[in-house]
Amino acid sequence: MQFDKPATTNPIDRLKVVGQPVHRIDGQLKATGRAKYAYEWHDPNVPYVYGYPVGAAIAKGHIVSMDVSAAKEAPGVLAVVTALDVGERKKGKFNTAKLFGGSEIQHYHQAVAVVVAETFEQARAAAALVRVEYAEEIGAFDLKDAMKTAIKPKDVGGAPPDTAVGDFDGAFKAAPVSFDATYTTPDQSHSMMEPHASIAVWDGEALTIWTSAQMIDWWRSDLATTLDVEKEKIHLMSPFIGGGFGGKLFLRADAVLAAFGAKAARRPVKVALPRPFMVNNTTHRPATIQRVRIAAEHTGKITAIGHESWSGDLPGGQLETAAMQTRLLYAGENRMTAMRLATLDLAEGNAMRAPGEAPGMMALEIAMDEMAEKLDIDPVEFRIINDTQVDPEKPERPFSHRDLVSCLRLGAERFGWSDRGRPASRREGNWLIGLGVAAAFRNNLLVPSAARVRLDHEGVITVETDMTDIGTGSYTIIAQTAAEMMGVPIEKVVVRLGDSRFPVSAGSGGQFGANCSTTGVYAACVKLREAIAQKLGFNSEDATFENGEVRSGNRSVPLAEAAGSEGLAGEDTVEWAKLADSHQQSTFGAHFVEVGVDIATGESRIRRMLAVCAAGRILNPITARSQVVGAMTMGVGSALSEELAVDVGRGFFVNHDLAGYEVPVHADIPHQEVIFMDETDPYSSPMKAKGIAELGLCGVSAAIANAIYNATGVRVREYPITLDKLIGGLPDVT
Amino acid sequence: MRAFTYERASSVEAAAKAAASNSQARFIAGGTNLLDLMKLEIETPTHLIDINGLGVDKIEGTQEGGVRIGALVRNTDLAAHETIRRDYGLLSRALLAGASGQLRNKATTAGNLLQRTRCPYFYDTNQPCNKRQQGSGCSAIGGFTRQHAVVGTSDACIATHPSDMAVAMRALDAVVETVKADGSRRSVPIEDFHRLPGDTPHIETVLEAGEVVTAVTLPPPVGGKQIYRKVRDRASYAFALVSVGAVIQSDGTGQVAVGGIAHKPWRIATAEAELPRGAKSTADALLADARPTEQNRFKIDLVRRTLGAVLTEARG
Ligand SMILES: Cc1cc2nc3c(=O)[nH]c(=O)nc-3n(C[C@H](O)[C@H](O)[C@H](O)COP(=O)(O)OP(=O)(O)OC[C@H]3O[C@@H](n4cnc5c(N)ncnc54)[C@H](O)[C@@H]3O)c2cc1C
Ligand code: SF4
Repeated sequence: MQFDKPATTNPIDRLKVVGQPVHRIDGQLKATGRAKYAYEWHDPNVPYVYGYPVGAAIAKGHIVSMDVSAAKEAPGVLAVVTALDVGERKKGKFNTAKLFGGSEIQHYHQAVAVVVAETFEQARAAAALVRVEYAEEIGAFDLKDAMKTAIKPKDVGGAPPDTAVGDFDGAFKAAPVSFDATYTTPDQSHSMMEPHASIAVWDGEALTIWTSAQMIDWWRSDLATTLDVEKEKIHLMSPFIGGGFGGKLFLRADAVLAAFGAKAARRPVKVALPRPFMVNNTTHRPATIQRVRIAAEHTGKITAIGHESWSGDLPGGQLETAAMQTRLLYAGENRMTAMRLATLDLAEGNAMRAPGEAPGMMALEIAMDEMAEKLDIDPVEFRIINDTQVDPEKPERPFSHRDLVSCLRLGAERFGWSDRGRPASRREGNWLIGLGVAAAFRNNLLVPSAARVRLDHEGVITVETDMTDIGTGSYTIIAQTAAEMMGVPIEKVVVRLGDSRFPVSAGSGGQFGANCSTTGVYAACVKLREAIAQKLGFNSEDATFENGEVRSGNRSVPLAEAAGSEGLAGEDTVEWAKLADSHQQSTFGAHFVEVGVDIATGESRIRRMLAVCAAGRILNPITARSQVVGAMTMGVGSALSEELAVDVGRGFFVNHDLAGYEVPVHADIPHQEVIFMDETDPYSSPMKAKGIAELGLCGVSAAIANAIYNATGVRVREYPITLDKLIGGLPDVT
Repeated sequence: MRAFTYERASSVEAAAKAAASNSQARFIAGGTNLLDLMKLEIETPTHLIDINGLGVDKIEGTQEGGVRIGALVRNTDLAAHETIRRDYGLLSRALLAGASGQLRNKATTAGNLLQRTRCPYFYDTNQPCNKRQQGSGCSAIGGFTRQHAVVGTSDACIATHPSDMAVAMRALDAVVETVKADGSRRSVPIEDFHRLPGDTPHIETVLEAGEVVTAVTLPPPVGGKQIYRKVRDRASYAFALVSVGAVIQSDGTGQVAVGGIAHKPWRIATAEAELPRGAKSTADALLADARPTEQNRFKIDLVRRTLGAVLTEARG
């Protein structure tokens, strides 16, 4: 299916199943522990053994020699495979740092060996016996230093690194009110609950692999490249995933090590990455340094807006696109954005939930708050004054649908925004209380997505697509889509995901999964409807699918009967034509937060949060709310505690476990409220839905930062806003 | 984790004797700290002596009117005990500020006192650490030191003792009772129990080879307002950046120990004498010899401010 015209009325608009608060169809499996995650596949007849990785002990350099004799002799050991054994390999298309092979060390904890033994404990103990001699080289680990030699890449994910409209410098200088500040965001870790884990089983040249992957086809292709086997020989499955947040978008070392380990040991091998590896072996969200400049008239109308960002990565890597949203979010005739990439020898920087916008909004939306204060205009009003209905860099491109203003107004009303006082003016006992706001913004991305839908003689609809459910609710919204399209109750739908034998879907990433994968299912259902109508001799245009029957004129046939003993199937791929060129598709929202800051210790604790989201049709308010609430929680961590501490001398992230890298715990999260605007966007897809999962994160941390400022009068521009950055500005309590 | 043998001790004396005869042996109590360290091969005992079930798990009154807490009393049970809640509220509050419900169900009184530092370099066997491997160097000095000690440090180690419970015990003048390998008993005031790092940060207490902690006693209740204030980056399940355990009497005198700033709970008699004059002079005296790093200098201010909040609460 080519989606090349805005959607008109279609069966989804019936909203009998889609849009309804349907509980997760896989919820019971998960709550009862029967949903099998990668490491948990266990066939009692299969003699699984265990692989344990060895990571580089240096940040940069070469392996001079390796001594695995002690490891090989350790009890239970079946095989030891080293990076030198497998030698230089081709690297997967989506990997910046190599995952395994060769003598070069590009970052700390890069895999240098895998030890396979009969038990996990034996493998781990033997892994500690591997001796490696390194030749260490000097690396770059400090972004503040490295930014001085940062380069301008040719393009950033298909977009230019720089944009300029009008005369930014002139307008900035000429404006009656202007503001210029620099912000920093730290390196962050996905820290999903389930570690990266894989089971590899060879049968001759054929490899079966259970893993935890957000993108089945990307993993399969890159695994084939890395192992140098034919892609068709690899069967990869990832039906349940315990969180990913972008950390499982790209092939990781667990799959590669399991495959090499299994080959060497001639046994099925399980490999899970230990928690510290998740930080220094896999990817992370890179730190940024961002400069934001805003100039305006006294009325609040922005005349110039500029955003520059610096981040680092390994050679050949990519930058964090933190200035991207500033090209689209606010009006202003004179504009500039620029993004630069420095070389750092830390582990690979890559996508983490809402790459670009998450850290970009952390800076931009504090700057908007600071500028509003300078103008003495309420920050909600300041944002409304500068709303735009067109792409401000290309005014001929309207937004397909943009309702930021309603999000801000409704949120302000519901949250009691008018109670907000001057900075440091409200106190309850030992708590300084403040309110903060920020806009939410994230683009709506469109990726091809395919599915296959079958109808059997019992009237059961089975959907197969390699789409993944990373905890988001994909199983459920796909079942809802098929049920709606085929006119059956959801109980009649079976959804099978995460298997490379199924048609290639959008996968889970960039908040495109829900809209794109359900559209792929929609397209396949259209094909199946046609097949059914054709078989029955109905005109597919006027065939109605309802109550488990297909009806045309006064003839109606139960679907089970229509299927016949052979059953019927439909398969299709949605391709996205040029609609996004003429119309900018984005999602919008507003975050409101109330914080308390302890007047003595500077500890900041969240008291209330509200997100208002305008993201097209909400396919399921339960799963959508869960995405937003989770994103808001992630935003709390990012505002208050999450920071990978870089040892700039030794070149690694020091706090590489969940004790040192502090994500929020239950006690940190108070009442959270989410409101969805009742809207549809026909430009986005026949589902008229857009992404929501990343929108919920974009802006939250800035709203918290702004609330802390409102509570204390202390402005912190370096995330996370820990107490040490506040206490110097708090009143004397001794 | 290396392979190890395991025995269940038949008595405290037998446990002490067995441990003294094997330098590679360790006692296991709740195991919540030891097992983690063994998995990472930070500790590599070849033999474990299980001291659960030896009867040293009771809370009872002492002749002097205080309380004796068995070494194997679980943190949960101790925090919930009526006598502790009524007469030693500081201890109960400190315990509940630590770890999580599940961990406290397992963790024991002795194990808590003997838990090891949370310095991140101590946990990474690729990095030099004098505490883990004597003489290898200290990675923290010059590295990431936000959590580290500001006072009582040495050039060999700047780690903190992470226990909340121990801070309360220190403020309450606890005494640690032990049985040595030769069967003799001794009582060590908690003040002398933990050591400063000096040149030997790997030696953390005065316990001798094989010596078993059997109980911790507290003197008769001292009344007063008993406050434990733990300051941290998130609301729960985090170690203290700074914590203050205090018993404050109505005349403004009292007892105060500080956690998160040194290799042991930090209490200074001359500082305590300043309590009636307020938080500033008390904190100044507590931290007179402080040698903070750039990254943890804030702890100096934080101790003063937290103590201020505690004294305000005590007055209120
Ligand atoms: C995730 C996590 C979070 C935590 N958070 C906190 C926190 O916020 N605050 C806090 O204070 N603590 C915290 N802890 C630490 C916890 O309090 C300790 O792990 C626990 O108290 C140790 O007690 P245990 O009985 O399990 O000791 P074990 O692990 O059994 O033993 C610890 C050490 O003591 C020795 N030992 C034990 N008993 C005796 C004895 N009777 N005589 C001689 N030697 C003995 C053992 O040989 C071992 O060396 C946390 C721990 C974890 C894992
Ligand atoms: S501070 Fe102490 S524990 Fe930490 S690295 Fe240095 S010696 Fe080891």
